[in-house]
Order: sequence, then C-alpha cells, then structure tokens
Amino acid sequence: MFAFIIRRIIQAVIVMLVISFIGFSVQHSIGDPVRDMVGERVSEAEREALRDKLGLNDPFLTQYFRFVKNACYGDLGISYFHNKPTMHVILRKAPATIELIFATTIIILLITFPVGVYSAINPNSWFSRVVMGVSTIGVAVPVFLTAIILIYIFGVELQWLPAFGRGDTVNIWGWETGFLTKDGLLHLILPSISLASIMLPLYIRLIRSEMMEVLETEYIKFAWAKGLNRYRVWLLHAFKNTLLPVITVIGVEIGILFAFTLLTETVFQWQGMGFMFLEAVERADTALIVAYLVIVGVMFVVINTLVDVIYGFVNPMVRITGSK
Amino acid sequence: MVGHLLEVKDLEVKFALRFGDLTAIDGISFILDKKEKLGLVGESGAGKSVTGFSIINLISKPGYISGGSVTLDGVKLNDLTDSEMREIRGNKISMIFQDPMMTLNPVLTIATQMTETVHAHRNVSKNDAMDIALDKLKKVYIPSPEKRLFQYPHECSGGMRQRIVVAIALLTNPALIIADEPTTALDVTIQAGITDLLSELCETDDMGLILITHDLAVVSQVTEKIAVMYAGKIIETGLTEDIIKNPRHPYTQGLIGSIPGTQEMGKRLTQIKGMMPTLTDIPKGCAFHPRCDIGEQICRETTPLLESVDGEKRLIACHIAGV
Amino acid sequence: MNTWQRFNNSYFFYSFKRDPVAIASFTIFIFLVGISFLAPVVAPFNPYDTSTIDIMDSELPPNWMEEGDDRFILGTDIQGRDLLSTMLYGLRTSVIIGIGAVLFQAFLGIIVGLTAGYLGGKIDAFLMRIADIQFSIPYLIVAIIASAVFQIAFGVDRFEALALPLLVIIIGISEWPKYARTVRASVLGERNKEYVEAARVIGLNRRLIMYRHILPNTMTPVLVISTIQVAQAVMSEAALSFLGLGMPITKPSLGSLINAGFEYVFSGSWWITLFPGILLVLFTLVIILFGDWLRDVMNPKLYKG
Repeated sequence: MFAFIIRRIIQAVIVMLVISFIGFSVQHSIGDPVRDMVGERVSEAEREALRDKLGLNDPFLTQYFRFVKNACYGDLGISYFHNKPTMHVILRKAPATIELIFATTIIILLITFPVGVYSAINPNSWFSRVVMGVSTIGVAVPVFLTAIILIYIFGVELQWLPAFGRGDTVNIWGWETGFLTKDGLLHLILPSISLASIMLPLYIRLIRSEMMEVLETEYIKFAWAKGLNRYRVWLLHAFKNTLLPVITVIGVEIGILFAFTLLTETVFQWQGMGFMFLEAVERADTALIVAYLVIVGVMFVVINTLVDVIYGFVNPMVRITGSK
Repeated sequence: MVGHLLEVKDLEVKFALRFGDLTAIDGISFILDKKEKLGLVGESGAGKSVTGFSIINLISKPGYISGGSVTLDGVKLNDLTDSEMREIRGNKISMIFQDPMMTLNPVLTIATQMTETVHAHRNVSKNDAMDIALDKLKKVYIPSPEKRLFQYPHECSGGMRQRIVVAIALLTNPALIIADEPTTALDVTIQAGITDLLSELCETDDMGLILITHDLAVVSQVTEKIAVMYAGKIIETGLTEDIIKNPRHPYTQGLIGSIPGTQEMGKRLTQIKGMMPTLTDIPKGCAFHPRCDIGEQICRETTPLLESVDGEKRLIACHIAGV
Repeated sequence: MNTWQRFNNSYFFYSFKRDPVAIASFTIFIFLVGISFLAPVVAPFNPYDTSTIDIMDSELPPNWMEEGDDRFILGTDIQGRDLLSTMLYGLRTSVIIGIGAVLFQAFLGIIVGLTAGYLGGKIDAFLMRIADIQFSIPYLIVAIIASAVFQIAFGVDRFEALALPLLVIIIGISEWPKYARTVRASVLGERNKEYVEAARVIGLNRRLIMYRHILPNTMTPVLVISTIQVAQAVMSEAALSFLGLGMPITKPSLGSLINAGFEYVFSGSWWITLFPGILLVLFTLVIILFGDWLRDVMNPKLYKG
C-alpha cells in the first residue's frame, strides 16, 4: 500500500510539472508582467530596466525554474486588475466555489443513491421508468439552460428564491461562508440544483446499471440462499460492490462539476473562482488566468490521486497487490 | 408418509417470456430421507439447477413455480410467506454453488459472510457467532481457521473457498444441503476432497444431500440414489448402484457409456448423437426420441410416463425400455 | 449483390428498421441538419441582412401570444431579428462547428492512437501519458482555458472574426484523447491478428499495413464514439458561446443566442432564450439517442452473440 501511494505521488508531481510548464508558456508568450506591475504609463526605458531586474530577459528555462520555485512558495504573480497577489485573489474567491460544489455534491448524493438503488431493485416500477426517461432527456440539457429556466420560474415568475449572488455571508477565520445564514442558504438553492442537474442523470444511470449488474452475480444469489434479510443483501452485499466502480468515477466527476461551476457561476453571478476567471479573461489579466490554470491543475491532480488512494483502501484486491 | 425429509411432488417451473411461458421443469417428483444422498444428473439445460433453486424458491426472474409442491419435514414450502421462506433458506436448507470464485462476496471478509448467516437465523452474540464459524471451518479441515476468518475471499485458493462455502452451508446445521455442481469448477485433485467431505458430513450431521451434477462419476461415488433429468423431466431414477450397473433408459445408457472406464478395454466410448433440445423447441412425444437409437412410432407421438419397472425402486420414462 | 442490396439485408439495417427510437432520432437529426443548411432558402428572414431588420420589431413575443406579430412565428430577439430564422442559422453554425470539431478530434486522435498502438514501446508510453494527463482534466476546462488564451493572444476582435475555425480547433484539442485511447485499444487488438502478420510476411511496409489494414478495422469504435462526440461538441460550443468565449452575437450559434436572450428573461422575454434552448436540447438528444442505438448494434459482442 505504501509503495502504491508513493508511486501515485511521484506521478502526481510529474503531472504538476507539466501543468506548470504549460501555464508558464502561456504566461511567457502572451503575458506582460511589467504592465501587470506598473501599468501602462511608464516609459519604454524604465520598462526595459524593470524587465532586466525581474529577469524577464533570462533564458526561457531559467525563468521557468524561477516560476516553479516561486509557485512552490505560493507566489504566482500579481493580478494586474486587482493589484494583489493572484494567489490571494483566488483564495478569497475559493470558498464560494467550494461551498457551491459541496452543496451540489450533497444534493447529488442524497438523490442519486436512493433513486439509483431503488430503480435497480425495481426496474419495472413506474417510478423507475419515469426516472430513466427523464434522465435520458436530462443528459442533453445544458446546465445553463436548466439554470435559466429555474431562474425564470422561481426567481422571476414565482419570486420564491433569490437568483443572484451569494446573499449574506459570515466570515469565520477568513472563510466567507453562506452556510450559516438563512439568506446565504436560500441563495445556494438554485445554483446548486442547477449544477447538480448535470450529474443527476449520469449518476442515477451509472448507479442503477452497476447495481443491476451486481444483483445478477452469483454471490448475491448465494446471499439470498443464505436466508439473509433483503435489506442486508441490497444495502450491504450489493451496494458495497456497486460503490467500487462508482468511486472510480467520482474523482473525474468532481472535476467535471468544477468545470461546470464556470457556467453556473456566470448565470447566477456567484462570486467564485469561475466568475473571477471569466472576469479575468475579459480584462486580459494574464497573471490571474495562469494562476487559475496552475491552481486548477494542482487541484485535479490532488483529487485524482486521493481518489486512487481511497479506491485502494476500499478495494481489498488493490490493497493487497499494492502492498506486495 | 411420515419421515421423509423432502418430498417434491409434480413440481413445475415456467419462465414467463414475452411470447408466452416456457416450461423448464415439467412435473418432477422425488423423495429424500434423512442421511440420504440423491444425485440429480443430466446435461446442462436439463433443468437440474432450476430444480435446486425452486426447492428454496429462489428461481431468478422471469422464472416461477407454476405447480406442484415441495414439502420439507412435513411443512409445505409453497404455502410459506416470504419471511417464513427466508427462515428456511440457509437455515434448514443450505445451498452450495458451482463456482467458489464467484460465490463469495469479494468485498466482505470470510468472518462477515459467515457470522451474518448465523445472525440471520440464530439469536446469538457476536462472539458466539464467531465461535460457530470457527468450529465449522475446522469441520471442513481448513488449516489455521482463525487466520482465514479475517481474510477476503480472493486471498484463498479455489478449493479453500469451496470448503469455506461448505462451512457456510453447515453453519446452522441444516437438514438438507443442495450442492449445485460443487466440484465442476475445481481441479480434479481437489474435487475428490470436496465430495468426500460432503458425504462424510451427511453421515456425521444427519443431513440429506441433493448433488446436482452432469458428472456421473462423481454421483456414483457419493450418492445412494440417482435421478436422471432430460429436458425438464426425470426420465430414470433408482438406486445408484443399479443404475450404474444396469441403465435402462437409452439416454442413461448413453450417459454411462460415455464415461471412460465403464466400457470393456479396447472398446470405443459411446457418444449420444445430437444435442439436448432447447426449451423453445422440445419435440413432441418423448423429448429424447430424435436422439434415440431404439425409438419407434409411439415415441414420436406420446410422452412416456415415469413408471416403475423393477418393483418400487426403479422408475423409467420410456415406451420401449420401460416395458 | 450490389451495395444497396447488401445494406438492405444487413443486420445493421434490420435492427434499425425494428427500433422506433432509432428511426425517429435519425429522421429528426437529418431533418434538423437539412433545414439548417437550407436556412438561406427556408428561413423567412436573413438575420445577417441588416436592411431587413427593424429595431422597432425587437422583443416581440411568439405570434400566438397577445402582442405577437404574424410575420414572426417564434417572436423576435432584442435586435428585432426573426427568432426562427436566427435559430436556423444558429443551428447551422452549431452543426458546422460540432462536425468540424469531431473531424479534427478524430484526425488528431486517430494519428496518435495508431502511432502509439502500432509502434508501441516508449512512443506508446509517452503519447498515452500525455493523453492520460489531459484526460484527467475535464474537456470543458481545457476548452475554456484554451479559448481564453486564444482570445487574449488574438485580441477580442480578431478572435471573433476567426471564431468558427478557432472553436473547431479548441474543441478538437479538448477531446482528442478519447479517440486516441479508443483507436489505440483497437489497434492493440488488431495488431497481433493473423492478417497483419501475413501482411508483414509478404513484406508490406509499416505505414501501408497501418493505413490499409489496421485502420479500417478500428473504424467501428471510432464511428460509435463519433456520434456521441458530435453531441458533446455541440454542447461544448454552446457552453463556450454562452460564456462569451465562442461565437459572437453577430454570427450567432445556438449557445450565443441563449446567452444573448438570458438577460431579457428578467423582463419576461423568455422566448429569446427558451426556443434556441429547446432546439439545442432536441438536437443533442436525438444524436445521443441515435448514438446509444448505434453503440448497442455495433458492439461486436452483441453483434455476433
């Protein structure tokens, strides 16, 4: 197991280097750190002096290594628009995105597992048929359309729920949270439902088909033949085996969820990392874009590695081969 | 009447398909007493496994029991509710499946899979359940059973797993074990170990055994009685010894003729021509007639009944050989 | 037997005829692609022709509603363009980008997959490592970041002028690993078969073996994933355009139409967003349904079983 974790970590480091290299190349070719620092109104000579001082005339690789070294210390450059370290800007926006993903994940888990398992156990009930029909169509509905429809119904026509921003937030040890105020929670409802809507159909179908496959296996038949309680057969014997393939895709799915926060945050003007990123694109804030790219890359690597390791813990077969 | 462990009477199983019902088991009957071992023999598709599963009412959909009765110790199982039936499964009747690699749940420890059976049927503490599990593992001669308990199935070899499955079947001291091809997936060297173990356990623990197999050699070593199945029917049944020595039904003769060692030296093994019919096109009359060497006109028209030939013990369903 | 007869008797066509979902989705797909390419002929108006647009007509609701105008069946957008015509032109843009992007993905992926699968060894390990890394990051993130970088590198005006080919490239880049993996897997499956061995023995060179013998045999899985990929690409394009990183509103795709209509939802003009949205959903849905059917039919295991 230990060797397995080490191997995964080495792979992760290599991937991070590749991502940082891409990020740096973007920065190097389209960014202008001098402008980012002093703005547009400085003479050409002064700029050149500053370039030299910043080492921007050094060879590409020297600059790259400096970039990586700085990045390791959490320094990813200065945002031209915000006039603050990019890391700082992104970290301030992170809680909004993380809370959105968290709320969405809870919605997804609360809905997909019961519905997926139920429709696997009772594939012919009308409920399962409706669920399967809706989720077939659901795959084709883009998240922003769901969001707009929800806003129109609940925000504009019925005026039940707020459709913009995060509402009231509370600052706890530097973390702006919307979970602790009623207003903040109300503001979470529509964005998280919209975001969840892209995963619901996929997850329900996945859980259902995996579970149906497991229910056909010999060991489930044997469990029935042992005279076990049906809930033990379904929820322990079958469900635990269903979890394995589901967990492997969860890492990827959280990544996709993150990708779709870009769309959801735009529609709901949710002040998170995605919204910030699109603003940065509009303002051509290269340093911020690159910092975003690197941080997102690191995040994916960490999530994927974690999922692999967790999978190793859950699946006894990987655990054994890993330890040998 | 009293005293039979298991009595299966006119059992009929159908599969509900879109274009109508298919009959998989067509009215079979047999009796099993305590300590008695019955071999259910036939080619794959003859309905042996379905028979086994229908005894504990666990036929996978779309199959269902459409007629007949199964009586265990005087209790008619057909009349039981789901939860009463669950009390029978794994408690009074245990099953052993064909492929030990597939029978155990890969993500649960041996201990979990054993104790849960005990807990499902006995009101005992965790420690007691563990003791029972340990005791049964010893009984099936598993070395260092304490260690095995906390392993996962994939850490054990195939033969070891089948022993564990047998141990699970024994947990509640069942009155009857149904073993569905328990040795087919195992190496030949391990097969004998498992069959010996099963017949030994029947003696020591007063159990009845139904051994479902296509392998007449295995049956002849273990069981006292044989029922030969063909296309959902029993076509010959009697004492093992009699049937092996003197098979009467042409199908049984074919089966026995195809076992190496049963023929005289230097003679070719016989072979039954053709294939067993699928459920969708079972021939009219005797289902075996298209493959039969001695068939006559009547075989094509009327289905032969299972009738006694030499007194009580031997029953044959054949127009020609049964006379 | 000529080609048509052979097709007519094939298992493929037989199961198509028996599956109403496949027939319906295929028909709708052909219909939509047809009218979108015939947009200049069938559309009541030409949304690119500014002379026919009257700003006084803006935000008119569909013609069955009270304030509707009979000239505009589905109403008009904020610039006073006929929504139905704009949607047809928009669909055409979406279709072109969707199919173009899939061709580009397939091109990249097939080259990489063939090379990796046939040559094997270090080249294989290297190429597949790259594919794996990109695969671990969602395609949408790749596409969004790529278009952001392009937009800054080119400047907004030039980006908008070049939006169509750039989107094809961006969406192509974001999804090639899927093809590379699929093709590689089937090349590995084919490589050791006897006919390849035979071709090698008679001294055909590698490239010829690869393109003439192995490539045709990898086409079934490529075809199967391509249908789903077209739907995916159309959705990606819509997402990018919705974010303002894709087609500009002057040359709208379905995504940019939805985006343009979005802010008017609050003043109650739901149709500007909803109708393009429904068209997008319908279009992707029929492709997905047809793709699912195709996958079931083409799956070699099912086919031979």
